[in-house]
Amino acid sequence: FFQYCLSGHPTLPCNVLKFKSTTIMLDCGLDMTSTLNFLPLPLVQSPRLSKLPGWVLKDGSTFLDKELKECSGHVFVDSVPEFCLPETELLDLSTVDVILISNYHCMMALPYITEYTGFTGTVYATEPTVQIGRLLMEELVNSIERVPKAQSASMWKNKEVQRLLPAPLKDAVEVSMWKKCYTMPEVNAALSKIQLVGYSQKIELFGAVQVTPLSSGYALGSSNWIIQSHYEKVSYVSGSSLLTTHPQPMDQASLKNSDVLILTGLTQIPTANPDGMVGEFCSNLAMTVRNGGNVLVPCYPSGVIYDLLECLYQYIDSAGLSNVPFYFISPVANSSLEFSQIFAEWLCHNKQTKVYLPEPPFPHAELIQTNKLKHYPSIHGEFSNDFKQPCVVFTGHPSLRFGDVVHFMELWGKSSLNTVIFTEPDFSYLDALAPYQPLAMKCVYCPIDTRLNFIQVSKLLKEVQPLHVVCPEQYTQPPPTQSHRTDLMIDCQPPPMAYHRAEVLSLPYKRRYEKIEIMPELADLLVPLEIKPGISLATVSAVLHTKDNKHVLQLPPKPPQPPTGKKRKRMSDDVPECKPLKPLLSGSIPVDQFVQTLEKHGFSDVKVEDTAKGHIVLLQEAETLIQIEEDSTHIICDNDEPLRVKLRDLVLKFLQKF
Amino acid sequence: LCSFCLGPGAGQDVGRSCILVSIAGKNVMLDCGMHMGYNDDRRFPDFSYITQNGRLTDFLDCVIISHFHLDHCGALPYFSEMVGYDGPIYMTHPTKAICPILLEDYRKITVDKKGEINFFTSQMIKDCMKKVVAVHLHQTVQVDEELEIKAYYAGHVLGAAMFQIKVGCESVVYTGDYNMTPDRHLGAAWIDKCRPDLLISESTYATTIRDSKRCRERDFLKKVHETVERGGKVLIPVFALGRAQELCILLETFWERMNLKAPIYFSTGLTEKANHYYKLFITWTNQKIRKTFVQRNMFEFKHIKAFDRAFADNPGPMVVFATPGMLHAGQSLQIFKKWAGNEKNMVIMPGYCVQGTVGHKILSGQRKLEMEGRQILEVKMQVEYMSFSAHADAKGIMQLIRQAEPRNVLLVHGEAKKMEFLKQKIEQEFHVNCYMPANGETTTIFTNPSIPVDISLGLLKRETAIGLLPDVKKPQLMHGTLIMKDNSFRLVSPEQALKELGLAEHQLRFTCRVHIQDPRKEHETVLRVYNHLKGVLKDYSVQHLPDGSITVESILIQATAHSEDQGTKVLLVSWTYQDEELGSYLTALLKKGLPPSTS
Repeated sequence: FFQYCLSGHPTLPCNVLKFKSTTIMLDCGLDMTSTLNFLPLPLVQSPRLSKLPGWVLKDGSTFLDKELKECSGHVFVDSVPEFCLPETELLDLSTVDVILISNYHCMMALPYITEYTGFTGTVYATEPTVQIGRLLMEELVNSIERVPKAQSASMWKNKEVQRLLPAPLKDAVEVSMWKKCYTMPEVNAALSKIQLVGYSQKIELFGAVQVTPLSSGYALGSSNWIIQSHYEKVSYVSGSSLLTTHPQPMDQASLKNSDVLILTGLTQIPTANPDGMVGEFCSNLAMTVRNGGNVLVPCYPSGVIYDLLECLYQYIDSAGLSNVPFYFISPVANSSLEFSQIFAEWLCHNKQTKVYLPEPPFPHAELIQTNKLKHYPSIHGEFSNDFKQPCVVFTGHPSLRFGDVVHFMELWGKSSLNTVIFTEPDFSYLDALAPYQPLAMKCVYCPIDTRLNFIQVSKLLKEVQPLHVVCPEQYTQPPPTQSHRTDLMIDCQPPPMAYHRAEVLSLPYKRRYEKIEIMPELADLLVPLEIKPGISLATVSAVLHTKDNKHVLQLPPKPPQPPTGKKRKRMSDDVPECKPLKPLLSGSIPVDQFVQTLEKHGFSDVKVEDTAKGHIVLLQEAETLIQIEEDSTHIICDNDEPLRVKLRDLVLKFLQKF
Repeated sequence: LCSFCLGPGAGQDVGRSCILVSIAGKNVMLDCGMHMGYNDDRRFPDFSYITQNGRLTDFLDCVIISHFHLDHCGALPYFSEMVGYDGPIYMTHPTKAICPILLEDYRKITVDKKGEINFFTSQMIKDCMKKVVAVHLHQTVQVDEELEIKAYYAGHVLGAAMFQIKVGCESVVYTGDYNMTPDRHLGAAWIDKCRPDLLISESTYATTIRDSKRCRERDFLKKVHETVERGGKVLIPVFALGRAQELCILLETFWERMNLKAPIYFSTGLTEKANHYYKLFITWTNQKIRKTFVQRNMFEFKHIKAFDRAFADNPGPMVVFATPGMLHAGQSLQIFKKWAGNEKNMVIMPGYCVQGTVGHKILSGQRKLEMEGRQILEVKMQVEYMSFSAHADAKGIMQLIRQAEPRNVLLVHGEAKKMEFLKQKIEQEFHVNCYMPANGETTTIFTNPSIPVDISLGLLKRETAIGLLPDVKKPQLMHGTLIMKDNSFRLVSPEQALKELGLAEHQLRFTCRVHIQDPRKEHETVLRVYNHLKGVLKDYSVQHLPDGSITVESILIQATAHSEDQGTKVLLVSWTYQDEELGSYLTALLKKGLPPSTS
């Protein structure tokens, strides 16, 4: 079977697996790093951004100055931000039968796939994945749609033109395929194709394949998937975590005995320890606020933010921050906080136990109740009345290209009292900050990525022992910036099979068996014979029925009763049709015993001649000749059916049937 | 192979549920309920039914609890801590959360208020709950290597589930209590076409086909409204969790719409807590509530206030929800005693009442009740029964059977006469066996499972390729050899079986001489034979080869002139043992001679 690799991004994967007769898409991540090439979308007209000079080519030509702007030596596209989609040309995506989603970050390209490719299948995901995924999409659509941009730049995408641009624009891949954001109706249509599943639920696909989501420990409802038939097992590990944060712990045991393990979504910051980063986050936050500055935390509306709020809940009193307001601004802030409290079954043990009391599992409920944490749909309206400084603001988008965060960057960027703390690992913070340079505010980089690191991976692989590992090529060599760190790559035997974008891998596995059911009526009639000690054989002649990829063996139908009347039959009537097939024979015939048997059955004139390979037994009167060799017997006789049958039965006595 | 079923508890009685299922050598206990109608030993199931000697832990592979009602889980601490069971107990998350609270509540009423001894303690409830493993809906839980269970949504109350119990290819589905129509706070039960060997269904409302939910609701509101209008008091005995929330939502919206002022109270301290459970487990409620919960949580009530004991004597109209629901003890019974004497008042029983309870007595028309201490209580207040309890009615039970397509049905948790009627209906419509065992009776059901074996892909591909030939109506026979070794069953082609065992094939061939009278030249005779065979054997491959021989499939026919008689030709027909049918047919056919030449 085959794997089509549609995404080159190791943490936002999109692969299609051809497994038996089904076509299964594993995740459809949306690479949003493309937006870093665009200018931020300010909510309020920004004089600084609108005054940026147009970009001029070396030869002085200015035809691109409307589309491209320069800021502190970097060039940005002044247009609606666009995203880099998974490969859509590598195979016909309308043939995809199902899409399996592993976590809410890995489904952001779903509307592009389900609404634009002729996709007619089903998407499977857990309930928290769908609900939170919907919130992420809603936030994304909302933050782009509320800042209508007149211009949609396309000239720079021309291959000839792109060649002339400075890096990174020059090297951006497949810019012609970049797409604008989808709309809410498209999101709703895409989400309506999702069927909800629970952990360890076995889902049958066309009777041929069974898929099962397993807890992956990374986020609410995040899952790894087992794709298996009776004889082959593929594990898809995507975004897993062994740290104890809020989600249910990772189910490792069920990944054992895989023929192939596809490994994606490892930590993007293998050198940073998440616990240490949280500590640094808290101390930087406290220091800034104590000095009278504001703290900006660009973040997604769900995920790590729950853990950060929980840390702050324990930290603020001891750090003397009880009077500092915490604001969470997102069109989906309220929903995200509410939803987090109702997925008790998907949470770690400690949080589950709280629900049994019954208490809300996350302490941010208390932060809200005591007015320490306030949430707003946007900076407009109520927020502008309540807004007090110094404060801490959590808001999106972590790329700093759209969302309310753009406003706070413009507002606070000029003062060195303020701090922006990056916790999301998806975007390079230097690239994110580029269009805001020069910047006076402090920047702290505390990426918190709880996904597996290479030490955990090697432990995991030792534990579950897959026959083959498949992973993105990035994991088979040290990171480009740390080429001496050979510990920052996957090390296993046999070496992993690496893939890159737009590649088709042939996965190493050869099937030899299939499951079939023998109906009880048939099984009752089987006669097992012990051929060797411990090994029995039974010959089976049966009718094969195949329906929905399930095979069943049934009793052959009874031959119709031969008509008893003397009516003249048409000759073709008694052409043999579906009589049971004759078995294969094995063994050899001892000539002496055979002759004795013949004589016992009334053949008196038996004569034996030796030949090069065996013997010839002659029955003179019957003008019959029997050639006997080690592995064959040939009976040559007149057309005398009773005689032939008699001889046949005598020969068969010495042979075994198969 | 068989699976049988024995009920130490349930059966033809709605008292309590406790069923033992043995399936392919595995023993599973379904529910562990107590009987509300008894105050003595009879309230708990007799667990000596299960095993006379030996520990329950050794005998039972697991225990499954379908939902938190005490007639399904009330005996659990007694069973696990007093009788002794240390194996796994499975239930859904909401059941695991709520069940210990109801048990504690019940224990308090029994021990602290009634002063009974020899009852389980608070610590026992805690220890018992430690043995509970929570399951997700649709999760396949592997109890051990062979036994797996899976929960389906059942509606009935928050967290209620139906369970599929499966060993190999044999399976049983136990419904617990379920509801096939969504109500104001819960969704409808659902199961896939899992075709169990046995479906064990509750049959509380075996003969009822209830009128539309809307009518019942209107009726209920009308009665409450009228009573309140004429200054009467309405008592609604309920259990703290479940129907109570549905009726609260109903009254809350009605009060709001009609702008009514009469107070509504909820009697137990559990309310606040109960509503909190509904908020945290909102994913278990119906679609509508789940969708809108961020904007408006349906379980935050404006008109419904906490009840104080002193309020019962207040003058003027009021509506009181009080626990427990069958008027057998506690606050609902106290209020009932206070209000029973006034004909302006009304008691509405929104659910089923077990025999022996005050609820059951007044519903069956009794108006003079003997209370503790020989006192006689005369009931003058109006007594109404509204079937709000969320059990499937006859229509719903039939619907579930249609969904799951079981091979056998077993009815429990109902009354014998009503069950008999339903049994006939089920047997008529679905042509499956339907059983209704009495308490303690064992039902044995024989299953006849097919045997799964591994077939070599080579053999299967060969056969399916043949199956694709145009003539699909003709059943295709496949021929293989089943190799049985160390409990593994593999079906391979005979050739492969020989190879695997290191044996050589022995070819058996026949050649028959057939004499034909034909004076023509040899090649002309051959041509006549060829045309004849081609005419008769339309479905076979008949070929005339350049060397002058004819083949019919793999059968070879050659003609030679007779050494003595030129007018006779000898046909040599040669075939292998595997083609014997055709070979012997051909010789017989040729022996009859050739049809007269048309030319």
